[in-house]
Amino acid sequence: MEYFLQQFINGIALGSIYGLIALGYTMVYGIIGMINFAHGDIFMIGGFIALIAFLCLVALGVTAVPLALFLVLIIAMLITALYGWVVERVAYRPLRHSFRLAPMLSAIGMAFVLGNFVQIAQGARVKPLPPLIPGGLILIDNGGFVVQVSNVQIIVVLTTLALMVIFSLIVARTRLGRDMRACEQDRTMAALLGVDTDRVISTTFVIGAALAAVAGFMYLIYYGVIDFYIGFVAGIKAFTAAVLGGIGSLPGAMLGGLAIGLIETMWSAYFSVQYRDVAAFSILIVVLIFMPTGLLGRPEIEKV
Amino acid sequence: MADTTVPPPSSISGPRLGRAVRSALITAVVGAGLFSLMIGVRTEAGPAGGLVFWTRWTELGWMVAASFVAGFVREIVIQRSGEGVLEALMPAAFKRFINVVARLLGPALLAFAVLMPIIFYDQRYILDLGILALTYVMLGWGLNIVVGLAGLLDLGYVAFYAVGAYSYALFSTTFGLSFWLCLPIAGILAAFWGVLLGFPVLRLKGDYLAIVTLAFGEIIRLVIVNWQSLTGGPNGITGIPRPSFFGVPFSAGPEGFAELFGIAFSPTHRIVFLFYVILALALLTNWVTIRLRRLPIGRAWEALREDEIACRSLGINTTTTKLTAFATGAMFGGFAGAFFATRQGFISPESFSFQESALVLAIVVLGGMGSQLGVALAAVTMIGGFELFRGLDQYRMLVFGMAMVAIMVWRPRGLIGSRTPSIYLKTPTQISASLVKEGHG
Repeated sequence: MEYFLQQFINGIALGSIYGLIALGYTMVYGIIGMINFAHGDIFMIGGFIALIAFLCLVALGVTAVPLALFLVLIIAMLITALYGWVVERVAYRPLRHSFRLAPMLSAIGMAFVLGNFVQIAQGARVKPLPPLIPGGLILIDNGGFVVQVSNVQIIVVLTTLALMVIFSLIVARTRLGRDMRACEQDRTMAALLGVDTDRVISTTFVIGAALAAVAGFMYLIYYGVIDFYIGFVAGIKAFTAAVLGGIGSLPGAMLGGLAIGLIETMWSAYFSVQYRDVAAFSILIVVLIFMPTGLLGRPEIEKV
Repeated sequence: MADTTVPPPSSISGPRLGRAVRSALITAVVGAGLFSLMIGVRTEAGPAGGLVFWTRWTELGWMVAASFVAGFVREIVIQRSGEGVLEALMPAAFKRFINVVARLLGPALLAFAVLMPIIFYDQRYILDLGILALTYVMLGWGLNIVVGLAGLLDLGYVAFYAVGAYSYALFSTTFGLSFWLCLPIAGILAAFWGVLLGFPVLRLKGDYLAIVTLAFGEIIRLVIVNWQSLTGGPNGITGIPRPSFFGVPFSAGPEGFAELFGIAFSPTHRIVFLFYVILALALLTNWVTIRLRRLPIGRAWEALREDEIACRSLGINTTTTKLTAFATGAMFGGFAGAFFATRQGFISPESFSFQESALVLAIVVLGGMGSQLGVALAAVTMIGGFELFRGLDQYRMLVFGMAMVAIMVWRPRGLIGSRTPSIYLKTPTQISASLVKEGHG
């Protein structure tokens, strides 16, 4: 029981990270109906920027950990958002009216570009970061198995929750959110009614990338290691999360993320670590085949 | 078209130059933002387990300068392309010349491929490269059936390649079966897996289908990596029998190929034999595809690519149509895999990564999806390009990715972006593929 509880806590923390990445997938899919294949690599870049920014801040003499982490988060979000913007501008915008496979293929190419760019720029070896936030809360200690929530896990979950709330408010209450929803429903009509659709799509990519940067940052402080290859697998898992929750649905993405995080942790804990990724991929296949609209998604109507 | 006069391009000056400089400045600023931390600071795991870093201002400067130039050139190109300069570069005579070349290109390439082992008999490097290129030509043609003809985006094609390679490796090392016996088995097994994958994904379309096939390919790779007792895990399978000339080994001994034909022994014999084997396999793929296109099933594939709903309304069974496309494509992937295993003598899961799938897909797309000649040209270009970057191994995939984006942006219909209808009245009319409406298949 204690073991299960501990795994449950780990799963929630991991699931929060997946959920944040999944938000990026689901938003982009909702608005322009494409799978942003490069999103996993944007997440990886966010993690790297956070790592480098942290090193720079320490070198500049910012040693107070909370302040440093806050600044790192802001820098990572800004620069990664810029990456998201550039990717959309270079690889997707020119293809808006191309045939339907074009954006997907371009996105795959972009994923290769980003992954290999980081590999060349920062080397292929795993980068370690010493644990920055030590300690945690001990929930159960009956002499045997100790169940604890580390402070990092608390920060990860709280940050995710806060971002989720802020983000839902943006979509529900602001002008930008209204434009986004309009574009999602009918882009041509939105454009006719004076919505600058190109700008809305750009903003969507920017927000998605900023959220991915937060996820990358949290991955970094949670696991303490990062390398250029994490983007591919994390990207597919987050996409699975988005599909599981119902692609296009924001709460769905979060829910799917938590589910995938939990399933993955439980699978590694009770079955086998080696087949962990196989489990995630199998879920993707099963969900797409039997429940293509996911948990909270709307069924897609086929028009002739 | 020929007598339309194109106004001479005006020189770059005034407001246009200003616009170009402005665009260049913006690009440079964006570049500075992108590369500031990524290029400017290099991190590495230090000897004591911590992290060390150092700055690289010079490299950063170069990258920003490169962004500036890129922005400038892009703006100039955009301004110029609106004036029809590119059209003017292609007079009618040149277009006619291109047409003639295009018609002769296929037979010429074929003749060259057949004669290659004779021309380059002494240059093993070129022959090896030729074998590699032909392997990808074959893979490209195989995938072309699925993507180009049936319009099903398959991102896990390499799984069938792996199934073929591992079937041959396992059957030959455990049961001692010969290559020619294993080849059909590998093809059948791969086709079987193709159907197995095809069944559940029948209902999926476009992007979803792509992601599921990708997941499927990764699952196969992960199972190969982890099922150590059968596949040897990450270490792979070694000692796969080399090919023999229908039972006669390529060895120096009295039983060998050279002795049998009464010629001096040379290790090149095997290479030449391998070359002809893959050439024959690739041509078989091509021939089967061309024949199938004339059969009802091939027509059904192409109809499916253009409009699935119309297909169904006309009574085409989309289930069997999709499954046969998957199975046929997978079978040729399996053949290529078996050939790959016997050529290498060693296989490991590393050869079957997602990158490989993306490479084959890129070949099909660059070739123009559905055009046999285009796919062959694209495969040769791609493999040749990779060979040029051999010294710069780490830049290879970066350039590959950039090329993929660039192709999509500038020439999304590939090298040969025209489609010849497979059925016509009197004369075939070629139309640009961009005029073809593609439904959701």
